[in-house]
Amino acid sequence: MDFLDRFSIPPHDDPMLYASIVAIGLVSIAIVFGVTYFKKWGYLWNNWLTTVDHKRIGIMYIISALLMLFRGGADAVMMRLQTAVPDNSFLDAQHYNEVFTTHGVVMIFFMAMAFIIGMMNFVVPLQIGARDVAFPRLNALSFWLYFAGAMLFNVSFVVGGSPDAGWTNYYPLAGTEFSEHVGVNYYNWALQISGIGTLMTGINFIATIMKMRAPGMKLMKMPMFTWSALITNLIIVFAFPVLTIALLMGTLDRQFFTNFFTTGDGGMDMMWANLFWVWGHPEVYILVLPAFGIYSQIIATFSQRNLYGYKSMVASMVIISLLSFMVWVHHFFTMGQGAVANSIFSITTMAIAVPTGIKIFNWLLTMWRGKIRFTTPMMYSVAFIPLFTIGGVTGVMLAMASADYQYHNTMFLVAHFHNVIIPGVVFAMIAGLIYYWPKMFGFMLNERIGKWAFWNIVIGFCLSFFPMYITGLNGQARRMYTYSEASGFGPLSMVSFFGALLLAVGFVIIVYNVYYSFRYAPRNVGDDPWNARSLEWATHNPVPEYNFAITPNVDSEEAFWDYKKNGHDLFKGEIKDIHMPNNSGWSIILAGFFFVFGFFFVFHVWVGVIIAFLGIIGCLIYRSFEKDDGHHIHKEEIEETENKFGGAK
Amino acid sequence: MKLDSQNLPLEYSTETNKMNILGFWIFLSAEIMLFATLFTSYFVYVDRGVGSGPAGAEIFELPPVLIETFLLLTSSFTIGLAVHAMRIGRVKAMIGFMVVTLLLGAGFLSVEIYEFIHFYHIGATLQTSGFTATLLTTLGTHGAHVTFGLFWGIMIIVQVLRGGLNARTANKSFIFSLYWHFLDVMWIFIFSFIYLKGMM
Repeated sequence: MDFLDRFSIPPHDDPMLYASIVAIGLVSIAIVFGVTYFKKWGYLWNNWLTTVDHKRIGIMYIISALLMLFRGGADAVMMRLQTAVPDNSFLDAQHYNEVFTTHGVVMIFFMAMAFIIGMMNFVVPLQIGARDVAFPRLNALSFWLYFAGAMLFNVSFVVGGSPDAGWTNYYPLAGTEFSEHVGVNYYNWALQISGIGTLMTGINFIATIMKMRAPGMKLMKMPMFTWSALITNLIIVFAFPVLTIALLMGTLDRQFFTNFFTTGDGGMDMMWANLFWVWGHPEVYILVLPAFGIYSQIIATFSQRNLYGYKSMVASMVIISLLSFMVWVHHFFTMGQGAVANSIFSITTMAIAVPTGIKIFNWLLTMWRGKIRFTTPMMYSVAFIPLFTIGGVTGVMLAMASADYQYHNTMFLVAHFHNVIIPGVVFAMIAGLIYYWPKMFGFMLNERIGKWAFWNIVIGFCLSFFPMYITGLNGQARRMYTYSEASGFGPLSMVSFFGALLLAVGFVIIVYNVYYSFRYAPRNVGDDPWNARSLEWATHNPVPEYNFAITPNVDSEEAFWDYKKNGHDLFKGEIKDIHMPNNSGWSIILAGFFFVFGFFFVFHVWVGVIIAFLGIIGCLIYRSFEKDDGHHIHKEEIEETENKFGGAK
Repeated sequence: MKLDSQNLPLEYSTETNKMNILGFWIFLSAEIMLFATLFTSYFVYVDRGVGSGPAGAEIFELPPVLIETFLLLTSSFTIGLAVHAMRIGRVKAMIGFMVVTLLLGAGFLSVEIYEFIHFYHIGATLQTSGFTATLLTTLGTHGAHVTFGLFWGIMIIVQVLRGGLNARTANKSFIFSLYWHFLDVMWIFIFSFIYLKGMM
């Protein structure tokens, strides 16, 4: 029994935990039963699990991201419920630690990252007129590694216990001395595995954007979202290896008793904080730059004007990407670097506000004198500008090193970064999802229901996070599972809880909207329902496997708009055979071995680790010897498909 | 050899090939960041992370390091010769040079393993201090790369033997040579900034 004991969850006799274990079990059985009953295994395997099509991989990323959004959202509501009233006993301290840790990790790594990479997958090849990404098989592997990492992290909830040292996982708190159970091992391996996937995505998209643009699309004629994707992927390639090493060191410390981050024998706990944030701050821009890109597309489309200041938009993103590697110390001004270091990092941090401010003004000037249509995606974009600016201004407040001694580790900080991430990233992803929905599925989401969700989410967001600014300035520390009545934090925390509920309602309405629109929305929305401007709208709805029957010829920044209005000839030439990559189950199998490898490593089960490792090696050898030159879609077949859509494009 | 767009060498001859080479260069830039992180950590720990364990000057020995350096630098030369042989279409010479490269790599690895055992016996293990942990992790990461390279190289030799030189195998061999040169460059950094600096 000793062997099995390690898999049990450390002691908290919480009926909710067992209820969720049962719920997870039942849902899994229901899914397996449902797929078997409707005889969909073949469809699922052939069309989704083995696919190398960037559009389907993108959709799988987004579905996973939405699932993770609800997992992380449930954590958030639990936290707000626990702190809604003083001296609450809904969660104990340990459980609360685990909940805020998993909330952070799930939301950053498995929700936001997956959402932006999903968007890039779906949109970028269409925007540049490519048939797929540079390395389609690698792209599938990226997704499945991410998925394996996400599942491994979620398994921690029911086998062995969740990590409890915060999403920043600071040592020595995350070391074995203070976090004895396997939770942090899960953190290390889940992030390591999904991190490898992210790095591969970075490589893949840089190569795609550099080499596979449609003829005539010079770098300075790329749509803004593609620009943001290019810069983001450059940041990914340069930032993620740092996390890889930090996680490796953490693993060695926890599982092989080294002294990287310990407090004795030459270990330095601050080394983790430094390495983590050298990766972590660029990560913030990995998340927010694609969001800026999405807003640039949406605002230009619904203002019916060219994006104002194209060159300055590009320049500011480049500057942001460089500065993002020079600000990491601002996450721990209070931890003893001395005044000189703090001043330098304080200044670099404030400097980021300049290019970001330029972007804000560019969006405002794009709307200036435009014919604005207040569709749901546009409403999110318009709400983003003032809300994000508030988040930015509080960010500059936090950047003042001396003042930061007051704000550090308070709810003020929590309010600040939610204030940039929710209007910045989450709004953008919802807006982008609604905007690209017809491109993905061939029908539109209902606008009326969408606006209900919008108002719930915006008001819910303001109610949940603005009170935290006040309680934070009054000294409420973050990550405290409870507080006394005398502190006076009670009423505002209650407001915050109601805000969280409104947010939750907003997301449920979005889900209902998907159901409602799936049932009732008309299917004849045309290829360009929003009267949009860039190349992704030049093909059919939903997009055929090969994207464009004829590779488009680009002659301007807003190729599709000029095609529609100014008579540019987008589709010269005739339909030819198209070469496409083959589907393959290799990626999902390899990622499966990675999952097993990670799981057994977490628990020091070396037999399992070795078997899974041999599996990984076997997959790599198989791939090395595999000859897969893809297949051709013949001209006649393409013509048939195109005629079905009503003429070639 | 002259390279022009009409007469590209075999490894660049298809779109896929060009893309693979570009992708691998981007991967190498990520690898540079990986090693840069290790080196930076090493510089932090080298003085302040010694704790009660030994310092670099107490454990480094010149002879094995010189042998390692000699073996790996020579192997970088021979993989260069292999690519040259490949470009002029001499498959036998190419395979010969690749085999020599891998043998030199294996020699490097054996000396490194000897060195690790030596470190272990004089009490500089992974667990001794922050400094030894970073030292052995940096060396180990490089060594693991070389080990991976050995197996990868064998796979490529087998494929060239089976299928001869074509766009696909030439591309793989060329990418492997990039990887091998990269490991050599990283070793030069390790040799200069870890060993020589540590012994001074």
